[in-house]
Amino acid sequence: MYRIGIDVGGTNTDAIILDERHQLIHAVKSPTSLDIKTGIESSLRQLLQEAKIDKAQITHAMLGTTQCTNAIVERKKLAKVGVIRLGYPATASVPPYTAWPKDMVDILSGSYSLVQGGYEYDGQLLGEVDEEEIKALLDKWRNHVESIAVIGVFSSIKNDQELLVRDLIQEEYGEAFPVSCSSLIGSVGLIERENATILNAALCKVIAATTSGFIHALEEEGIKSAQVYLCQNDGTLMSIDYAKQFPILTIACGPTNSIRGASYLAQIKDTMVLDVGGTTSDIGVLQDGFPRESSVAVEVGDIRTNFRMPDIISVGLGGGSIVRVSDSGAITVGPDSVGYRIGEEALVFGGNTLTTTDIAVRLGLAEVGDKSLVSHLEEDFALAVQAQIAAIIEQAIDKMKTSSEDIQLVLVGGGSIIIPDQIRGVARMIKTENGNVANAIGASIAQISGQYEQIYIYSREPRESSLKDAEEKAVKQAVLAGAVSETIELVEVEETPLAYHPENATRLRVKVVGKMK
Amino acid sequence: MRYLDKTAIENISIGAAFLGTGGGGDPYIGKLMAISAIEQNGPVRLYSVDEIADEDFFIPTAMMGAPSVSSEKFPNGSEFVKVFQKLSRYLGKDNIAGTYPMEAGGVNSMIPIVVAAQLGLPLVDCDGMGRAFPELQMVTFNLDGVPATPMAITDEKGNIGIFETIDNKWTERLARAVTVEMGASALVSLYPTTGAQMKTSGVHGIVTLSEQIGEIIASKNRDAKDKLEELLQLVSGYELFQGKIVDVIRETKGGFNLGRMNLEGIEGHKGGNMDVHFQNENLVAEKDGRVVAMTPDLICLVDFETLSPITTESLKYGKRVRVIGLPAHEKWRTAKGIETAGPKYFGYDYEYVPLEKLVNKAVTDHV
Repeated sequence: MYRIGIDVGGTNTDAIILDERHQLIHAVKSPTSLDIKTGIESSLRQLLQEAKIDKAQITHAMLGTTQCTNAIVERKKLAKVGVIRLGYPATASVPPYTAWPKDMVDILSGSYSLVQGGYEYDGQLLGEVDEEEIKALLDKWRNHVESIAVIGVFSSIKNDQELLVRDLIQEEYGEAFPVSCSSLIGSVGLIERENATILNAALCKVIAATTSGFIHALEEEGIKSAQVYLCQNDGTLMSIDYAKQFPILTIACGPTNSIRGASYLAQIKDTMVLDVGGTTSDIGVLQDGFPRESSVAVEVGDIRTNFRMPDIISVGLGGGSIVRVSDSGAITVGPDSVGYRIGEEALVFGGNTLTTTDIAVRLGLAEVGDKSLVSHLEEDFALAVQAQIAAIIEQAIDKMKTSSEDIQLVLVGGGSIIIPDQIRGVARMIKTENGNVANAIGASIAQISGQYEQIYIYSREPRESSLKDAEEKAVKQAVLAGAVSETIELVEVEETPLAYHPENATRLRVKVVGKMK
Repeated sequence: MRYLDKTAIENISIGAAFLGTGGGGDPYIGKLMAISAIEQNGPVRLYSVDEIADEDFFIPTAMMGAPSVSSEKFPNGSEFVKVFQKLSRYLGKDNIAGTYPMEAGGVNSMIPIVVAAQLGLPLVDCDGMGRAFPELQMVTFNLDGVPATPMAITDEKGNIGIFETIDNKWTERLARAVTVEMGASALVSLYPTTGAQMKTSGVHGIVTLSEQIGEIIASKNRDAKDKLEELLQLVSGYELFQGKIVDVIRETKGGFNLGRMNLEGIEGHKGGNMDVHFQNENLVAEKDGRVVAMTPDLICLVDFETLSPITTESLKYGKRVRVIGLPAHEKWRTAKGIETAGPKYFGYDYEYVPLEKLVNKAVTDHV
């Protein structure tokens, strides 16, 4: 039994094979191709040729991909979206797409309608859905939209209206028509949730192409019976069907995979992780084996959203960062980098640009390239650059800390050779074997999760039963995503009391995780 | 007179979040409403208090209710004008000269801009708090005996009520009960005020001050220290603490979001400790067990690096912040002001001591 994990990064596409005991059998790294697809195909081919395993024994294949992020940032391959907001006459003061970049609105066609519906904060009806109104709208939109986003006011309390509208759409446009319901995507905060839902709806074509491309690539290589999964940004996996419903959840799965992989390689569940790439480094925090989530609104392609994202800090420091000395003698490191041209431009490879990798080689921290090409660098100078590198990392680590105590740091990533052994604020630094493919390992060891969020009124439904209700609903989500129900356990509970509410209303969010089928 | 455009609104909203001292709601939704209103109606005229006539009438419009509700079920957009006009008709005046914010902090800094844009009326550079407070009687006009009513209240469904109350605390009590029934979010027009009353009882220049605060905070590629220095000079404030949030204890009681956060000193304040107590707004700051700032003076939490204001609803374990203290407007420092919004009113057993004295005392003790 083998598992294949592929992680498509900005610079490299990594592919690995694990056996049933999660031991690394083989790993390959190749440049990410412009179309992504051929990079996946070639790394998969190389991996299988070199590993020489029995392909029939491959049971699972996981893909961590940046395609959805790229599609949003580059405004490419996005679907024309129709936005239905349930809540009129409320909320009309801020229509959908307010404060969006105009080019993005044009690409999505900007179709929206505010219709009756929605709930109050306490679950009372704000407005009833008018089926005739929806049907008239769908008649108008027929053949003009390729995907629909449905957003109900306070649907995080009750989402039956959103689901009803989804059913109506699929009655009119067919079962396969993609519909994104906001209650399944974001949390309280209508605009941010609506934005996330619109982006999710816009990604339906990208995710369809990505998943079919991946399955096709596997089949080409003779892998026909493996279960196929996509990585989510919370460190868990989703089935292809689930991914088609929630493509937005693939965004930022790369850094998540790295820190999950680091946790696995170091066998530590609570730690900070530093993943050093060629141009940037990501720092994340693992809590009980999963990445800490960001609690603030995050922008995706200049659009403010509130779907869950990992809490990651990125700094402009990597193995290819350019080292400069100003006229006054001050040393700067990065944020610019020679990137994938490191093999030609760094001094140790015969190039003309002084990079962090050259400093690491000069100080004997790494053996790459020709070290005689950096022997002319003064040791004091190299140490001063190293101090600068340490200072950048120290500051970034401090931002992620939750107490003043020194932390433990797991170091991964291809550029990690540049990091000195001593960093202030770090009590213990752990370097792992195979840390350079931590992301692909993270992709292939992931489990399946489910999440549920709702506002509960504890004076009416006591805390215990509210928790139980939320957990049951989260388990349902996990099973839908492909988890074995007997293995599912509760991993996170977040409670936020609502201001001004007279009856102790609390927003409750729970997360469960289970093994894959 | 000058015009408020989109950039001005962006900056005012940042300044308003700062003056919101953690409460008053995130002005984000308000900002989107204001921007969408001026996109449809053109920029808004802003008059200083000196430019308005004593005998003219002005009506503020505000949102009342839970910020987390208004971030989900926000207004239709027609309520602002409806509630404003309802009150003006009830008063028998159809020539209201303009509007102004009741509250400078938070989302209510933005609503009057929407009203002004929709009705083509000017906005006056003045408010009734100079910050954010949770209750309707916590207004400088109240301190000078201006009645809050007649008041109009409405929801997005079209329900409208008029109140005439025996005093301003009753206005608060009744309006709050109705707001909860309306879905925990309502629009109110109250404290109808003459130009003369605004001149004697309002907090002047507050819209401009918010804009200037926002300008500093939003300015890019500048060192946090330089920005902070400029900001403190502008508002005559003090940096009270540099810390990391290590604990947040919350509860909801009587419709308010109560709690306390604990900060552990970082950078220049390493080894120190601060507790900040909040009830929607930040109300009392204790450094190493001793009070260093208390309501009605302002206690503002900002992001350590960017100086972006932080609301109490978004307090996050591990966040690095600066705590900034600002002296309240002089009206709040009178006996009536302290009785209305001082520490005792909120249930903290402290005699009010002005921020400047507390800060200087701490410095002297230290020496």
